[in-house]
This record gives sequence, C-alpha cells and structure tokens, in this order.
Amino acid sequence: MIPRHLYIAVSVLVLAVLGMSLYAWRMRGRAAAEPAASVDTRPVVAPVAGPTEQVTLYVAYDDDGVLHAQTAQIPLPSVRQQRAEELLRSLIALYLDKSSPHPLPPGSDIRSVYLVDPGLAVIDLNAAFADGHRSGVLTEELTVASMIQTLSANIPGILKVKILVEGKQRDTLAGHADLSAFFDVSAINRLTSQLQSSQ
Amino acid sequence: MPSIREAFARVETAALGCLAGLSPAVRRRAPNGLEFLSLCILFSFAVLLVSATPPEKHLSIYSTAANYSLPIVQRQGHDYVGLLELLDPLGTVSAKSDPPRWRIHYNNILGDFTVGKNHARIQGRDADLSAKFLIENGRGLVPLASLGSLLPRFLGGPATLHEESGRLFIGSIATHFTASVALDDPSQLIFHFTSPVNPSVATEPGHLRLTFSREPLTSPASPTLTFGSKTIPSATYSESNGTAQITVSGTVPLMASFSNDGRTITLSPAKSQTSATAVPAPSNPAPQEPAANQSASIPRRYFAIVDASHGGNDRGEALSNTLAEKDVTVAFARRLRQELENRGISTLVLRDSDANLSLDERAFFTNTTHAAVYVALHAASNGHGVRLYTALLPYTSEDDRGPFRSWTTAQQSSITLSQAVAASVATELRKQQIAVRTLTAPLRPLNNIVTAAIAVEVAPSASDLSQLTSPDYQQLITTAVANGIVAIRAQLGAAP
Repeated sequence: MIPRHLYIAVSVLVLAVLGMSLYAWRMRGRAAAEPAASVDTRPVVAPVAGPTEQVTLYVAYDDDGVLHAQTAQIPLPSVRQQRAEELLRSLIALYLDKSSPHPLPPGSDIRSVYLVDPGLAVIDLNAAFADGHRSGVLTEELTVASMIQTLSANIPGILKVKILVEGKQRDTLAGHADLSAFFDVSAINRLTSQLQSSQ
Repeated sequence: MPSIREAFARVETAALGCLAGLSPAVRRRAPNGLEFLSLCILFSFAVLLVSATPPEKHLSIYSTAANYSLPIVQRQGHDYVGLLELLDPLGTVSAKSDPPRWRIHYNNILGDFTVGKNHARIQGRDADLSAKFLIENGRGLVPLASLGSLLPRFLGGPATLHEESGRLFIGSIATHFTASVALDDPSQLIFHFTSPVNPSVATEPGHLRLTFSREPLTSPASPTLTFGSKTIPSATYSESNGTAQITVSGTVPLMASFSNDGRTITLSPAKSQTSATAVPAPSNPAPQEPAANQSASIPRRYFAIVDASHGGNDRGEALSNTLAEKDVTVAFARRLRQELENRGISTLVLRDSDANLSLDERAFFTNTTHAAVYVALHAASNGHGVRLYTALLPYTSEDDRGPFRSWTTAQQSSITLSQAVAASVATELRKQQIAVRTLTAPLRPLNNIVTAAIAVEVAPSASDLSQLTSPDYQQLITTAVANGIVAIRAQLGAAP
C-alpha cells in the first residue's frame, strides 16, 4: 500500500516537470525566432511617442574627416539600456539619411546594447553594418568614435566599450579599426578632441 | 701524340660502338666520312632530346590535414591534375565515372562535371573552368588554373594557388621567415622561421641553396634580400615545380646549422671541411639533418621596419575598380625603403610581394628584429593628404609582469617616442606643402609593437585617385617621411 502523501508528492513533481518542459519549449521557440529578426535589414525608426529629451550626438563628417557635436531632441525610454539603444539608433538614422555626411550601408542597425557594471557597454551591430562598411583607417575610426562618444556623453558611467557584430567578436570593422579589444572611453574622449579639428 | 685523323677514328669507333645495337651492318664495315657525319648529327640530336626533356611537373599541396604532392599532366596545352587524388587526403571523397559525366562527392558537397565542358556544377551552382574537363581511365582531370576558384567551393575555405610554381596552400597555412646578419658576427646569417623546417641543403661555388619541398614556405618581405655583410651579401627566394628555394650567395664556402627545433637556421663560413655540420657534396644536393650544435647568435638589428599593410587575400580598401590598397602600399613601401637606405638607415620591408601576413606576424617580426622604428603604410580614397597615426591603446586590466609585456598594450612604453616620430614626419610633410593630420587610431599592430610605431595613411592631395600610383606623388611623400625619421634618428637610438 503506497501512502497517500507519497501519491501527492509524486503528482506535484510530475506537474512541476510538465510545467518546466512547457516553459522550456516556449523559450526554445523564442530563441529560434531571434536569428530571423537579426537578418531583417529594414532601417529601424525611433519611437515617435513618449517624452523627448535633448541629447548630444557626435556626428562624423567625411568631407573634412571630423566629428561635430550636435544637439538633438529624441524620444528616450527611461530604462538605461533602451536609452543607449535609442541613442545609437538615432545616430545611425542620421547616417542612413540621403544627405548623410558619413554614409553607412543600407540596413545598418544596432542589434542590442548591453550595459554591464562596472562601466562596460557592449554594442552589438548587425551584419549589414559591418559587412558593407567602407574601408579606411579614418573612415572606420570616425564610425567607432562617433558611436562610443555619443554613448559615453549621454550615458554616464561607461568606462570601456566592446563592439560585437551579430553577437560575435570580429577582428576589424572593415579591415582597419580594431574591434578585438575593449575601447578605453577616456582614450576615445581624447581622440574625439583630435577629430573635432581638421588640422 | 695522335694526329687529328687518329682522334677522329677513335671517336668514330666509339660512336659506332654506342650504336651497335641499332645497326649490325654498320658495325661490320668501316663507315665513310659522310656516314660518320650523319652518325654524329644523329648522336647529338639524341643527346639533345634526352637533355631537353622537361622534368616531371608536380603540384605541392599544403594543408593542416596533410602536405602532399601530385603529378601535373599536360593535355591540350593546359596543365591538369586529378581532382579525386587532390581531395582524397583532405576528407571523405568518392567519385563515379559515367562518361561523359563525372560526379564527385567530397564530404557532403557534390560536384558534377562533364567531359569537354569548361564549366561544372558544384552543389547546384555553376563553376567556371579555365579549360575543358577531361576523363582519363576513370580519373577526372581539372585544369590546374581553376583550382584557386574551384577548391573553396568544395572546402568552404580559401585556397591560394601559386600556379607558376605548382604550389597550393589550403586554408591560412604558411611559414614565413626573416633573415638578418648576426649582430655579434657579421659573417653569420640567421634565418628565423615561424614553424619548424627541414630543407635539403646544397652548395655550389659561391652559393648555398636551401630547398623546401615539404614546408609551406611563402615569399619573404622581399624576394631579394641584401645584407651588409661582405661574407654573405645577398639571398634570393624563388619557387619552382612544387618547391621553394632560398639561394644564399657567399664569398666563402658556407655551412648551415639548425637550432630552436628547426625554427632557426644559421649560415656561417665553413671552418673545416670535416666539420660534422659542414655542407657535404659540392655538386649533389643532399638532405641535411638538424645539427646538434646550436647557434645562439643575436640577429642584426634593422633600424626601420616598413610594413606594406594588407596583402594576399586581404586587399584592403578597393580604391577603384582596378586599384587595391594592398598594391599601393607595396609601391610606397619600396620607395620608402629606397629613401631610407639612401640616408644610411638599414630598412626591412615586411611585405614586398602579394603575401598573406597576419597582424600578429607583423608585430612578431618587428619586435624580434629589435628595430628602432616601425612604419605601417596605408592608402585611402577618402580625404586629402596624409594622416599619421599612433596607437590608441585599448582598455586593459592586465599589467606588465617583470620583463613580460601585455601583448595588447606592448606599445605603452614607447608611445611618447611614437608621437615624437609622428610629429617629426608631420613637420617634414608640411615643408612639402602636404596636408597632414596627426591622430591616434585603434589600428593593429601598432599597439603590439614594443618600439616607436606609426602608421601613415596616404590619400590623394586632390580628388584624383591616380595620384596614389603617381611616381612623383609617391616620391614626394616617401622623401618627407624618410626625412622625418632621419630628423629624429638620434632620439630613436644609435644607428646600426
């Protein structure tokens, strides 16, 4: 004769196993759906609703090979990580415009920005951004400095930045700018000062 | 002393003896003068035919899986190799001949070839062949010239073919080397290889030849290397029939000794013909095993290392439809070497051919040669004039430990010196009315170099891209860069 309390315990365990299996199945489905989203090359439009904030974007200009700080009013969510993503998407939207001073390939986008304490930001670019990027030391450096400086100027506390492409480490952006290491934000600040003058 | 007629008669008899098996009638009677002349011509023609027969051609294949060699056959004026035999050591392969069709399975890749057609289908996609596909005794023969484009479709990775010399590199496999005169003994020449080698060594009067038949040795910085040594003035690199050769010219007989597990070969004057490591047999190439005695000589220090960026599969920026950055940087590097040598600065160009050289290898060569200054050359279509870069050091929490430097921030201790070099070069460029900017950049291998290191990115002075290939413009830039380095030579260290 099996005691009653043992029946109840086994039943609870079986239910728990079934519940967890169902949950794992749903998570798997979500993970499988993610790559499909990453190959979507449509430009992402910034959210039109919500309160706007004044931010400083560091915009690259190819003609003079410089970075210029310019203010913009953009809608920003309150969550720090989403703010970082929207900031960079606003910057990229400028570069994807027809009159872009520093054209990026069509479909360029940020997949995610991860803010990891203490002071680490990880920018995950999509494949279209890196695969179609123009090659050249200055050209690539302007892109990298523009993104990192925009991020660090508007999101306090970032000390180092890592750039990934499609979630993976890549040696260079387009043959020159080294993406294998962590960028030192203070070094990028000094570089930005150099890049703000064409001399 | 025999007369000329007697001598002729002896030669005649000897020639007849040689031909005895062919014509017994000729043997029975003495031939007249006309017959003798005909025989001489026939004999000479036969000798010429034998001596002019070309050696059998081979294709040497280098891969991480295996290094092997295949015969090259010539059909219809083209060189061919068997595709099945080529792929066999690299993976699971099978072929089925059903003339005129021939199918090959390599791992899960299907190749479909048709006799007489100069295109094939690989995994359902068309692939062009440089000549018609052939079948011989069930063997599928593909044109040698097509391997560079055909193999990546099967292997899923790069394959670099040196068609003229019959050498095929599968994947990023290559052994590079540097050569320098020993600092403590200018009569010694030291070769450093990136992986162990075991070449056959042969000597001829005035030369020592190292032949690499099994090693994926690739072209050095310059095919012709010159050294400031009276004993060993120069060496040349060449490739032929599936082998690579380094021919070292010497004013005295040379001997080779191996050390560092076959990664270092030291050539030095032969002190005694009976030495255990002396190169034997003056005329017959003979394999030489690594010698027991090890050389510990210090390599000669080059003052400047000039690095033509990119190369091989890495084309750099496509400056135009026909002009790649890698070709422009080589042209600038050669001119800069000439300008520096003219000013008494010993210079090594890291890439003087279309070779693949990784960023780590560039840094490794520079650091091991203990150069005083490293100059990387880049070219760009964007912007005007010249940009000079020093390293933008990455964020790191690693500290140098004793004599060991962190690889990613090896430049840290020399950054001030690098900035001084950039400033000096900028001053000279401005004197030539060339627009110049000085910046930092996250540009490898600048941060891996332990000595003064700058990168020079040259853009046209106006929007005319043809300026990048103009000898006048190249001369203007390289003269100014060389002057800038000379101006700061005292700060960089004593001249070698």
